[in-house]
Amino acid sequence: MNQLVTACYIVPGLPHPYLAAHRNPGYKKLAEAFQRVREEIQQSQAEYILYFSTQWLTVLGYSFQADPSPEWVLVDHNWHDLGSIRYKMRVDPAFASLYAREVKAMGHTVREVNYKGFPIDTGTVVAHQFLNPDNRLPEAMVSCNMYAEKQETLSIGQAGMRAIEAFGKKVAIVVVTGLSSRYHTDDLPLEKDFLSSQKDDEWNRKILEILGEGRLEDVSEVAREYNRQANADMGFRAIWWLNGLTGKHNSFTGQVHEYQPIYGTGAALVSLKPTQLIRSIPGWVNDEADLVERMDRERDQARAKSATAKSQASGAERPSASPNIVTFEAHARDASEIAASSAPAPVGPYPHAKRVGDFLFLSGVGPRQPGTSEIPGVSFGAEGEVLHHDVVLQTEAVLKNIKAVLDEAKVSTAKIVDVQVYLTDMKRDFQRFNKVYAQYFGVGGAWGCNPTRTTVEVTALPTPICVELKVTAYLGE
Amino acid sequence: MSHDGKIIAGVLAPHPPHLVYASNPPQNEPRSEGGWEVLRWGYERLQKSILAKKPDVLLVHSPHWMTTVGHHVLGLPHFKGLSVDPIFPHLFRFHYDLKIDVELSTLIHEEGQKSGLIMKVMKNPDFRIDYGAITSCYLANPAFDIPVVCISSNNSPYYFSNEVGQQQMERLGEATARAIARSGKRAVLLASNSMSHRHFTSEPEIPEDMSKEHIYHHGQYLWDMEILKLMREGRSRELVDCLPEFMDMALAEVKAGALTWMLSSLGFPSYPAEVHAYGSVIGTGNAVVEWDHWTHAQGEVKVSEVRA
Repeated sequence: MNQLVTACYIVPGLPHPYLAAHRNPGYKKLAEAFQRVREEIQQSQAEYILYFSTQWLTVLGYSFQADPSPEWVLVDHNWHDLGSIRYKMRVDPAFASLYAREVKAMGHTVREVNYKGFPIDTGTVVAHQFLNPDNRLPEAMVSCNMYAEKQETLSIGQAGMRAIEAFGKKVAIVVVTGLSSRYHTDDLPLEKDFLSSQKDDEWNRKILEILGEGRLEDVSEVAREYNRQANADMGFRAIWWLNGLTGKHNSFTGQVHEYQPIYGTGAALVSLKPTQLIRSIPGWVNDEADLVERMDRERDQARAKSATAKSQASGAERPSASPNIVTFEAHARDASEIAASSAPAPVGPYPHAKRVGDFLFLSGVGPRQPGTSEIPGVSFGAEGEVLHHDVVLQTEAVLKNIKAVLDEAKVSTAKIVDVQVYLTDMKRDFQRFNKVYAQYFGVGGAWGCNPTRTTVEVTALPTPICVELKVTAYLGE
Repeated sequence: MSHDGKIIAGVLAPHPPHLVYASNPPQNEPRSEGGWEVLRWGYERLQKSILAKKPDVLLVHSPHWMTTVGHHVLGLPHFKGLSVDPIFPHLFRFHYDLKIDVELSTLIHEEGQKSGLIMKVMKNPDFRIDYGAITSCYLANPAFDIPVVCISSNNSPYYFSNEVGQQQMERLGEATARAIARSGKRAVLLASNSMSHRHFTSEPEIPEDMSKEHIYHHGQYLWDMEILKLMREGRSRELVDCLPEFMDMALAEVKAGALTWMLSSLGFPSYPAEVHAYGSVIGTGNAVVEWDHWTHAQGEVKVSEVRA
């Protein structure tokens, strides 16, 4: 397979190097670095440029520029006094369609944007004006979803690589992002620009040192901390996207072309030339249990509860937030049947488990909490409909409940020989479910067994849960 | 210095482009089958109310003119162009033609500077006006026959905290009130903010399919009702005090500062506001709310000489 990614570039998106290079030597150096990158791209075998800019923000999934010849006069909303930029681009809509198709297949909303006058962001326009002003190469652009966290952004990057392979042409990747993004908040003569914080400057230099060593994956890993410490541009999502596209590794030759302040923020140009073949990863799975994303979701739920509690305190009637779950007392008619007090009560007249010969058959086990029947990782709307569910939290709860039933039967988890899995949303949940499952089953799994497994999608389960497991254990030797 | 100017009304005037799309005005390219009628009818009631008072100028503070250094005002007399919403381009591609009250813009710039705020006048003729300002102005006055003043949303104080941002918006509101008093004009203030702002991340195949429209989650609705209750009971000082929590808990768009600016300009009124409508748009909470300053306070402008 040929190397389709000729090189990746990180460039800043503020207009100062383009419109005000004469007013500050630092801006001039950035402009000169842009020129060097432009020459690199022109001398490479790149047949088009793919941009990801942190200034093209979307909230409904992802957008892809599909206007073959967008043109306008851009005036930045904040830096309007620096002047206007008249641009005309050449976009390849075929790549936009391929990339949109890949992202849509992941379940996201996509939009191929082809409207006269659509506002292309300042960052992309500045990069275009410097790197491809004569439209020598066609271009492609994907938006940055401001709500997407790390795992989603990595996956969107990886989808980009699949689109690149489907397109079959060599590409130069350009991510438009600043470093630290703490602006000066008062009037500052451009001639006297400086980094607004020494701490930001130190963090920027550390990040650039690592990028200079070609360690993109390492920078991606520390992006959150960098963001916390130095208020990185859009949480440094651009690095996640780039790391996802290139397959999460450190095999690059890095070069920092320039680093300067722009109105207190950090701005740098970096090139990363791959030293290994970049290709899409079959069966890409986000292999990191992302606690931060889970915490975000739990905080959302806490916020909803906070408002609900407030209404109760003020005497307002609270609408029903979740459906009532009617449960039955677990009975064991004889020694062959298991009723586990530490497992959630059944929602019908059945035991938790039944012993037949050398086999122990467990009834379907869901994630409800023993005692309360509360379902973890789910939020409800005013009509009791499920607004959000978390398959990771629910799978973990299911496995805990299975363990409770097996403990009651005094049967080791190592005795499990078959598992049937029911998911209500295979497309969305399978990979995350699988990740949790692999921690317990299979080679190296915590439960010491490698049972056969069947996974099916079902329209609904008896309670508003998203996962249920049916387990069989063999009690013989 | 003359102090004849009056604020005749303050309005919470949210700007979902869906409402313009649903109205099918000739200036907007996309066509719709309607939708979000309750909110649009609320805006119609608002129009009757404020236009009957014959304002000379509409002032709009929009979160979609985002600035990082200072508060900006438009400083040229006329802007004409095409505004395309970057998020909903399929709904909003609006050909606008706006007259700007440069005299009042300049006074706000001066008064803001006197208050120690960073102020800028935008004089680039190629500048494209944001869809938030256009939407609020259109829905308040579809004829576009009253000059406007557009004020940017300065994000930088919110880098520090919601409270710091609020304080700065209060000062901008006071400066605006002084500028209006000096202008001798009858002004309506449009705070272009929705309420709770968490929204769905996908949309129906037919954007105006009202069978799919509802608030994003119940907690968000409860927050909106709590805030509307304070407005309807004339407790605007309390309201502003709890906005930082509202911003955090419901991702409220009032973080952009427009509501605080408007209430500060009105001198934190203690009379009840009129809620013309409440409804959701793609899951966000939106209310059209009017403070009838002319009836309740005879347009009194509380000029803070101390801060000036």
